Amino acid sequence: MRSATPWPDVVSYLVEATGETLYMVGVSTVIATAFGVPLGVWLQLTAKGGLRPNPAVHRVLGFITDLGRSMPFIVLLVALTSVTRLIVGGSIGSTAVIVPLAVGAIPFVGRLVQNILSEVHVTVVEAAVTTGASTLRIVRSVLIRESLPALINAIGVTVIALIGYSAMAGVIGGGGLGDLAIREGYQRFNDRILWSTVAWLAVLTTLIQLAFTRAARASDRRRHASV
Amino acid sequence: MITVENLTKSFQGVNALNGVTLDVEAGTVLGVVGPSGAGKSTLARCVALLERPDSGAIRVDGTDITALDGSALRAARRQIGVVPQGDSLLRQRTAAGNIALPLESAGVPGPQRRSRVGELLDLVGLTDKAAAYPDQLSGGQRQRIAVARALAANPSVLLADEPTSALDPETTGSVLTVLDRARAELGVTVLVVTHDMGVVRKICDDVAVLEQGRVVEHGKVLDLVSDAGSRTSSALLPAVDLNPINESSYDRVADVVLVGFAAVGALLPEAAHRFGVELNIVGGGLTRLGETPVARFRLGLNGERSDSALEWIGEAGGAVQRSLKGPQGVAA
Ligand SMILES: Nc1ncnc2c1ncn2[C@@H]1O[C@H](COP(=O)(O)OP(=O)(O)OP(=O)(O)O)[C@@H](O)[C@H]1O
Ligand SMILES: [Mg+2]
Repeated sequence: MRSATPWPDVVSYLVEATGETLYMVGVSTVIATAFGVPLGVWLQLTAKGGLRPNPAVHRVLGFITDLGRSMPFIVLLVALTSVTRLIVGGSIGSTAVIVPLAVGAIPFVGRLVQNILSEVHVTVVEAAVTTGASTLRIVRSVLIRESLPALINAIGVTVIALIGYSAMAGVIGGGGLGDLAIREGYQRFNDRILWSTVAWLAVLTTLIQLAFTRAARASDRRRHASV
Repeated sequence: MITVENLTKSFQGVNALNGVTLDVEAGTVLGVVGPSGAGKSTLARCVALLERPDSGAIRVDGTDITALDGSALRAARRQIGVVPQGDSLLRQRTAAGNIALPLESAGVPGPQRRSRVGELLDLVGLTDKAAAYPDQLSGGQRQRIAVARALAANPSVLLADEPTSALDPETTGSVLTVLDRARAELGVTVLVVTHDMGVVRKICDDVAVLEQGRVVEHGKVLDLVSDAGSRTSSALLPAVDLNPINESSYDRVADVVLVGFAAVGALLPEAAHRFGVELNIVGGGLTRLGETPVARFRLGLNGERSDSALEWIGEAGGAVQRSLKGPQGVAA
């Protein structure tokens, strides 16, 4: 029986792993948002009753999106190895994990965004159409602005989901908190590291969730307006 | 101003519009009424350029707007201010921000936009609500903001689909007042779709009755009420037969419609005096169409010259709708 890892070491493990997780999740969230929001907008515009209904385009987009969503992340992680090497110049490490994380999250964000945009009432959208606004303006000033609070919450949900997926990053040497808990904690029977990582993950996800809820509320103009 | 010519539109075999022809003179208010499913909203959506008709034309100032695309379509939309049915305001924008939307679409610069928004808030009487969000406004106030938004880009046509449905009578009045002001102060031509004849009574110059996608009655409200058989007159004028009368006590019984202050005030006493007949109002009553008093009375006359008196009333501008008793068609 080994003696337990000293606390200062546990902390430095956690700090390093947190940095890796935030890096992987942060960058992949930005990429997933940059591609997922336009995908969601495109899905909604081409949907039946959308601003630019186009059943053929909508069906193809929807098919690809749902295919991407149904792919288990671990499969994506392995399957995308060569693509990853092409993009980031290597196939292991934190940076290499970003590619499959982002690719996996784009269809996820796309569907979330489409669902949210479809909630904007059709009379509100048509009213904007009758003002002579261009489609781009309606997307920006009506669809996205009206659903901004829900969109921010959706990005929060994505971040939490990506933290979960990033736990599998260890497979390709990505590091991060999930990897720490599994490799250092579980596989080496180091209970102190395992449970402090689990506790810290709970705190971290709660804080992130809270931050996004706050940001969503702050963007909701309806609440803090004076009459 | 607006001319609708032979418009047809069908949805999966349902003919919503079956050749609708209408015209609205510049600066007047046309009410489009009719039973549920008659095609009123379909007509409104075609005029609002939200729906393309299958055939026919919609001309604004002589130009057919039904076949436009791209930027020409958006420019035409700016010519037609639309108050959609139901809640249509952006909930994340203030009242002022909502009114500014068409100005943004039209590329009006900031300072001009703000002053125009101020004018419109004033027009609809909601200057103090400029910074309020739609959730903080009553239904009637939201609808007035929607009217202000529709008018923002200086359209020549204002189109409103059921602007007062789901509002209580008092609030309905405030919204109608705003529509009427738009016509009077801005000179816009107004087309209002409604199932409420009260809207026609209060603000419409003309009325079109739609049934099963066809116009079955179209004309000036004040002309149509004088026509005994018209749907407009039966919907807008007081009923004459609420109380059964004893017809045998009169030589003649007839219904008359009188339009305008002079007619309502003086015609009947004058007729009685001129022809030396006894003239009693036995049914009906007085109402108001816009600013004009209009009466429909059932008259009971006694005296030798009763027929001449009725004939004279007809010649002097009253519409003697039918002679219930005595020679039919007198003065009609
Ligand atoms: N988008 C649509 N798809 C299919 N049918 C439609 C559509 N819009 C209208 N219709 C049909 O066209 C007819 C006319 O409908 P419209 O909504 O114009 O009537 P309306 O006069 O406005 O009725 P209401 O007073 O109930 O609003 C109805 O039979 C309706 O079912
Ligand atoms: Mg309707």
